Amino acid sequence: MTTPGPIVGSSPIRKEGLAKVTGRAQYVDDIALPGMWHGATVRSTIARGRITSIAFDPSIPWDEFCIVTAADIPGENTIIHLTKDHPCLAAEHINHPAEPVLLLAHPDKHALHAALAAVRITYEEQPGVFTIEDSEAGAGGDAAKVIWQGDDPKHHSPNTFKTFLMQSGDDPAEHDAALAAAFASADFIVEGEYRTGAQEQLYIENNGVIAEAFRAADGTLESVTVSGSMQCPYYLVHALTLVFGLPAEKCRVIQTETGGAFGGKEDFPSVIGSHAALLAMKCGHPVKITYDRAEDLIATTKRHPSRTRHRTAVSREGKLLAGEIEVVIDGGAYSTLSPVVLSRATIHAPGPYHWPHVTVRARAMATNVAPHGAFRGFGAPQSLFALERHMDKIAKAVGLTPEELRRRNLLGTGMKTATGQLLSDPVDMQGMLTRALTESNYHARRAEFDRMNPASPIKRGIGFATFMHGSGFTGSGERRLNSLVKIELTRDGRPRILVSSTEFGQGTNTILAQVCAQTLRIPYEDVLVAQPDTKIVPNSGPTVASRTAMIVGKLVERASQSLLTLLAPYLTFPDPTADFDYSTACEVPPNYTPADFTRAALSYLKQHGALVAEARYESPGNIFWDDDKYKGEAYPTYAWAVYVAEVAVDTRTYSATVTEFHALQEVGKVIHPVLAKGQIEGGVAQGIGYALYEKCVYVDGLMRNNQMTNYIMPTSADIPPIFVHFDEVPSIHGPSGAKGIGELPMDGPAPAILNAIEHATGISFTEIPLLPEDIFERMTNPGVAHSSRSDEWGTTRGSDGLNATDRDTPSEVTA
Amino acid sequence: MTSITLTINGERRTVNVPPMKRLLDVLREDLHLTGAKEGCGEGECGSCSVLISRDGGPAELTNSCLVPVLQAEGAQITTIEGLAPADAAKLHPIQQCFLEHGGAQCGICTPGMVLATHHLLAKYPHPTLPQIQEGLAGNLCRCTGYMRIFEAVEAAAGASKAGKPGP
Repeated sequence: MTTPGPIVGSSPIRKEGLAKVTGRAQYVDDIALPGMWHGATVRSTIARGRITSIAFDPSIPWDEFCIVTAADIPGENTIIHLTKDHPCLAAEHINHPAEPVLLLAHPDKHALHAALAAVRITYEEQPGVFTIEDSEAGAGGDAAKVIWQGDDPKHHSPNTFKTFLMQSGDDPAEHDAALAAAFASADFIVEGEYRTGAQEQLYIENNGVIAEAFRAADGTLESVTVSGSMQCPYYLVHALTLVFGLPAEKCRVIQTETGGAFGGKEDFPSVIGSHAALLAMKCGHPVKITYDRAEDLIATTKRHPSRTRHRTAVSREGKLLAGEIEVVIDGGAYSTLSPVVLSRATIHAPGPYHWPHVTVRARAMATNVAPHGAFRGFGAPQSLFALERHMDKIAKAVGLTPEELRRRNLLGTGMKTATGQLLSDPVDMQGMLTRALTESNYHARRAEFDRMNPASPIKRGIGFATFMHGSGFTGSGERRLNSLVKIELTRDGRPRILVSSTEFGQGTNTILAQVCAQTLRIPYEDVLVAQPDTKIVPNSGPTVASRTAMIVGKLVERASQSLLTLLAPYLTFPDPTADFDYSTACEVPPNYTPADFTRAALSYLKQHGALVAEARYESPGNIFWDDDKYKGEAYPTYAWAVYVAEVAVDTRTYSATVTEFHALQEVGKVIHPVLAKGQIEGGVAQGIGYALYEKCVYVDGLMRNNQMTNYIMPTSADIPPIFVHFDEVPSIHGPSGAKGIGELPMDGPAPAILNAIEHATGISFTEIPLLPEDIFERMTNPGVAHSSRSDEWGTTRGSDGLNATDRDTPSEVTA
Repeated sequence: MTSITLTINGERRTVNVPPMKRLLDVLREDLHLTGAKEGCGEGECGSCSVLISRDGGPAELTNSCLVPVLQAEGAQITTIEGLAPADAAKLHPIQQCFLEHGGAQCGICTPGMVLATHHLLAKYPHPTLPQIQEGLAGNLCRCTGYMRIFEAVEAAAGASKAGKPGP
């Protein structure tokens, strides 16, 4: 075993930092290839219907343009994710606004604008389905509202991309009986409905790619190459193999410097990458497509909107006895990644609590909206928002403080999660709750606000959320990915890491280099990281799911150990009689120095010409997952957190602002403290935006506020002091004990903030984003629920005849 | 086409371009200075920020996506490329502080953010936190949550106390 040393745990300068601060980093739009043309997309102007005609206005010299339609696709007209329902270009049917129909390319970017406007498409329009409720009506038998049918009706109800049923216990019949009995005997039954809106990733660099197509001497298409802004080069390879009918080795994908992603460049590059490659194939030139902000906002993926309903049986002592949770997400027009987003939403729905009996029913529904996709958190922010709001509601119903209710139900070491996973690693949520409330001065602040609020027009509040986030792919995902990492020696004897894991700000290059340097006991600066190019890097899996540090990092550690083992015979030994065991990975001779490594590397290269060490994912022996029953080790391990938000609600302007934020998390060993803090702070800022600012306004399925002017993300002036605290409990699953970190900070802020707003105002808001107009509506018109929706799920009933409704009059809440 | 002369990073340059072409496009396409980025094209995100001064006056932080190049005729423009030229032995202290404090993550906002910091520190050599927050509010960063950037700015202000900042 490697002992943690000074490199892991220190904060060296990020690998590509110099290029970034000098403006020399080359993002895709900074690159121009000789003879390059520019591409653009003709999009549908309706949400749902059939194309009846396409005409080209004669005012445009069309012979100068390259035009691609679905008929030009040499392979299958599909963008593959999990199924093939998503067309690359609409051939006949339109299923969402701004759906790609035609592609245009021209040598002059500025000629495209007029041409786009001169393509006239007529439609036979059908009414669209834009809400979860309308989609459910279609699933329930309203034929006019059926907009999606799976290819296998046995497995798919209409409009339903995916369903999950997750139940505790081993026997479903016994479980149902126990659940019913728990509800029958409960002191309290608390119900609630919670909603979350779509959220845009809003990476500052829009989606963009450059494609090239190469033909053999006889003119047949030989290969395609796509470079661009993306998270998952091998996802795009897979998409291209189908669109072009080419083998994977003929579809080369290169990641260029990527200006933010957050999930928004996980699935979508398969679309824009395929489009650019089709244009390149047809026009015979390299083709660049970069979206402007308005197009990026209407056409690319967003976080899935959701509706979650809780029905919870609770004892007088505040113990959770049983729960029924229904999670529904709006997947948009095509299935894309919705089934796996739903999976994470389902597994995280019961949160970090012990439930004697729980049932989670989850569905991903189709609507005539551009497909929703990956976004940091991947379903967990939605179901955890609901749960953590609901926990505060339960506390109120039972008459406990939010803290005490959680203390009576939190999971700990040796307990089992709702999927039956035994928490064998140490989990100290009780201690973390104590620490977070101490760091944030929670109790004193709460008392102070309770004292000050009645006389002040500005109502202050403090609230928190306790939660966890699974590291790595869900269930058997990592086993299926079967990731491979290689490390090669360069000619000057330096290790170069070969992975498809991409850098898009989160620090992949840096932390993987740290892990490699630490294992090889050489300076961080000596380690190189190859640009992800599928021609040279193996498939180390997609850069998603909080898996890079833990899963890929562990593989880098193992590949580094393997490299040392291969070099061992070439390492010099001060004492020639030393009994050195070559078979033991990563053992080094005494007094080993980085110079020894270089000497050994050069000797090896001189003798053998090249050296490549590798490591492939091996599932830990104690991880089992049952995809049918949704039981077992859902994730190798979890990161745990307690987030505390302090807010001020101005009762004159109805605006809510976050005034201080504390984020405490246990993420295993922190590889790079500065980067890790940056990840948490960035996630918290996105979470503040999710809660209070960022609203996608849809009209007939089209995002109407598709500008940074009216889609509002937090600026430097909107962000409170964010205090980041780490507990470090090393995990066996990651390098030096690291776990996943990237998505976690997206889960906690929204519920913590709305819990704080309830403390400040006495109003229980159940939906995000919560904008000033929503606060205004509830404060001035207490009978009206958020978005004027009926609130039949919003009441709290006591089975002992008490009727503890949480009507929205300001109330004194003391901790 | 109009012939327009401007001073870019201390060097006089003449371009023949449509007069209403955006300064951002002239920088990126005609002068091949790609450090200024387009994030929104409407002056919201600040990733196209450059410093513009006229007649020796103070430099103004400007969204180059909103400026027709005609309006920049005769102006002195500093882009990220001019802050620490490629052949410079050392980075500008602001760049160094962004590196050390994690102020750059994905890097796409960084050129604009560094120039905004330069502008801020010219105005307030030792800014308070609210002054930093206000001074950078026109430059959006989606990665950092701004905390690392604030730290970098504070460190750069400290560094300028010790030595003199660059241009």
